[in-house]
Amino acid sequence: MSDTELDFSAESSWSGGVSPYATNSKKLGMWLFLLSDSLTFSTAILAYAYVRLSSPNWPRPFEISPAVLNATVMTLVLLSSSLTMVMAVHAGHKGKRKSAVWWIIATMTGGVLFDVLHLSEWFRLIFNEKVTPWSNPWGDPLFGGTFFGLTGLHMLHVTIGVIYLGIIAWGFGRGKFNADHVEVSGLYWHFVDLVWMFIFPMIYLMSVNLKS
Amino acid sequence: MSADGATIETHATGTTKLFMWVWVWLLVLTGVEVLLAYLKLDPQLMLILLVGLSLIKSALIVAYFMHMRFEKLGLFLTIVPALVFCLCMILIFVFPDSLRIVRMHP
Repeated sequence: MSDTELDFSAESSWSGGVSPYATNSKKLGMWLFLLSDSLTFSTAILAYAYVRLSSPNWPRPFEISPAVLNATVMTLVLLSSSLTMVMAVHAGHKGKRKSAVWWIIATMTGGVLFDVLHLSEWFRLIFNEKVTPWSNPWGDPLFGGTFFGLTGLHMLHVTIGVIYLGIIAWGFGRGKFNADHVEVSGLYWHFVDLVWMFIFPMIYLMSVNLKS
Repeated sequence: MSADGATIETHATGTTKLFMWVWVWLLVLTGVEVLLAYLKLDPQLMLILLVGLSLIKSALIVAYFMHMRFEKLGLFLTIVPALVFCLCMILIFVFPDSLRIVRMHP
């Protein structure tokens, strides 16, 4: 096949001098980071699935109330904070700086509320139920390791996200950052939300006590 | 997918109403998941349904909240097939062994 038969539009996008993804490098960089981070979470969730499948007495300790209800409220908070982040990106692109900053602050509030609810759940498990990463009163001791490992890794992402959004809100409000920075931080925040959409069913809903 | 591949400037598309609807759907699907847990289904069926619903929810988040639907197809083709390939490679080596152990249980 000679060169002239090639799709001309495809050749012009990839032959240099243009941006083939029609996007800025920050956004592409964030997408590539999210690709690698989703593999980190995937391997953690698969490791959990592996030890759970190989264990003859994996505990199913969670009752609908309070554990599952608490986690459902956390899901609601995180989903709503994703919506406010969408609003922030929208306002940012329209040039409404003040409005965008307030939407980001609303998103950060959602993140903090998520952390508070999650930590109260952790403390209830640690101090009332005596669950540690290496022991628990119900069955296979690895339950605690996978629970605290997975939810802890996610909570770390939420906490870093709140700090990241705080820096973006500060910089965008002062005109140091542009709307693209807000959009890229939004990508990170939605990813944290996306990961919870797997952790919530796998950790909580699959561990609902069937006996009670 | 726009033809103007040369422009760097891309703007968020989609209306507030669209994003509200996506949010409502995400909440509805979450509600369905919690209802499944309340019904205490057989774990195997439950796992299949939950993973299916979670994949739909993550697709909604990626497509609308993360604007993947409004990006060039090339970005999608760069990110998603690579992720699926890596996950398949992990699953190939992990799961036959784990399922063998399940069958060894009394």
